[in-house]
Amino acid sequence: MSLSVALSHRFGNFELDVTFEAPPGLTVLFGRSGSGKTSIINSVAGLLRPRSGRIAAGDWLLMDSANGLSLPPHRRRLGYIFQEGRLFPHLTVRQNLLYGRWFAPKGETREDLGRVVDMLGIGALLGRRPGTLSGGEKQRVAIGRALLASPRIILADEPLASLDEARKDEILPYFERLRDELSIPILYVSHSAAEVARLATTVVALGDGRVLAQGTAASVLGDPTVAPLGVRAVGAIIPATVVAHHDDGLSELAAGNERLFLPTVPYPPGRRLRVRISAHEVMLASKKPEGLSALNVLSGVVEQIRVGEGPGLIVSVRTDAGTLLARLTKRSAANLELAEGSPCFAIVKTVAIAPEDVSGGAAVSG
Amino acid sequence: MEWLSPAEWTAVALSLRTSFWATLVSLPLGIFVAYALARWQFPGKQLLNGLVLLPLILPPVVTGYLLLLAFGTRGPIGSLLQDMGIVFAFRWTGAALAAGVMAFPLMVRAIRLSIEAVDPKLEQAGATLGAPRAWVFLTVTLPLVLPGVIAGAILAFAKAMGEFGATITFVSNIPGQTQTMPSAIYAFLQIPGGDASALRLVVISVFIAMAALLLSELVAKRVARWVAGS
Repeated sequence: MSLSVALSHRFGNFELDVTFEAPPGLTVLFGRSGSGKTSIINSVAGLLRPRSGRIAAGDWLLMDSANGLSLPPHRRRLGYIFQEGRLFPHLTVRQNLLYGRWFAPKGETREDLGRVVDMLGIGALLGRRPGTLSGGEKQRVAIGRALLASPRIILADEPLASLDEARKDEILPYFERLRDELSIPILYVSHSAAEVARLATTVVALGDGRVLAQGTAASVLGDPTVAPLGVRAVGAIIPATVVAHHDDGLSELAAGNERLFLPTVPYPPGRRLRVRISAHEVMLASKKPEGLSALNVLSGVVEQIRVGEGPGLIVSVRTDAGTLLARLTKRSAANLELAEGSPCFAIVKTVAIAPEDVSGGAAVSG
Repeated sequence: MEWLSPAEWTAVALSLRTSFWATLVSLPLGIFVAYALARWQFPGKQLLNGLVLLPLILPPVVTGYLLLLAFGTRGPIGSLLQDMGIVFAFRWTGAALAAGVMAFPLMVRAIRLSIEAVDPKLEQAGATLGAPRAWVFLTVTLPLVLPGVIAGAILAFAKAMGEFGATITFVSNIPGQTQTMPSAIYAFLQIPGGDASALRLVVISVFIAMAALLLSELVAKRVARWVAGS
């Protein structure tokens, strides 16, 4: 079942007008703040009533302004994970988790409390109140509460935004599991390219209330038209397999016929990963460089040169590891005499690949 | 030891009874009005707000007279209710009505403030989990505003205990029927040698008022701690 959304709305001078499809798996609504992400997710939830539009999950209509239909939020069968958790402070963790179950139709309670508690590792918290939990614990309970409502759609509005880096790493794997284990669409709002690269099955890039691009994470993040999202957002996503961990703090990954060296990744050898390499962090050379500190030098062929606005352009280079993207100035591209089809070398500094750019989920798409 | 004469004791019991019922009956309405004022946008909202606050500002004698006009046996509402067997005029129920009306603004104000302090985002979260609006109110909003509701109810009770002007105007001062403690104190002060009786009732008044205030503080604190979950 996939979720199809078409809606338009206006707040003051801001005009929202979007149409997109969220297939099963995790669809990230990606954009800067003010791009309309939260308005879209709240329209799907029924917390905001857009001026016009149509929202359907499979053949089940949630809203259709053409015939005046708009289900109230409590009849939309949602699991909404909010940025701030929004746990009920007067209820225990167990009561919070079971809150949605009272209202789920009998026979549609798919999730079992014990299983969800085990998956999220919150067994020790059941008797406690939200006021005594850490930020990461609260978000895990919020995920569990949403799951136990037996939703047909999961919504998540920047669920990691209020957490520090360490807590983000604690929560991200749970979203990877939801993506891989559930058969319902997950709509996930984010402004982080790293989260997109790690989690997204599908990306809908938004800017100024419109859809800039939609598709797989690799195709959207590799599209220079999403550059308004931030120069660091553009990058390639390379599927790779962990080969070995070395004593000097590096992990060796096989990507196609190439080897990549990264700061140690927390996954065992043999594990398939997605590695995001930001276009910002890739240099190109026309000859094989020597005496260079960078460990990752990949030979390839220029596939395409896309000129954006300003001094920059994006070069895609086909290598044995997959297609890499490099962001250069027009002047450097001219100096190197780069043209489509010309051979070149792509250089990636090992330390440029941050831990949040590596994901260990099973679903390696794009 | 007979430390209260039967007449004094009757007044104390009547005051407790009228105040208890005034508070209990007006509480659901008070919660509803407070919720509507705190959460809903509707035409006439300011009018409703003004109407609720009016007894606080009007001279009590005016409120009492208006009640007499409306709920007296010949009044538009009073005559209607009389056909249904409900009589307010010159009965203890009338004293309870007057006390309830006079205490209503305080009750609504306390409850409204506590409802406004509840984050509507929590109510939205309840709705997204499948709870209809009434359920969200019962399981999220009401427990969270419980300290305010208790404080409002006790405040209203204490105010009802002290009600005098509207009561004596509306239902007069009939011993055993409508002579509450303040009316009794007033009556005792009008007769020679009644000072001692008046003084005993004054002491009881002060005691009950203080006890109500302390109790409301204590209970509200306890409940607030329970709600916060520590």
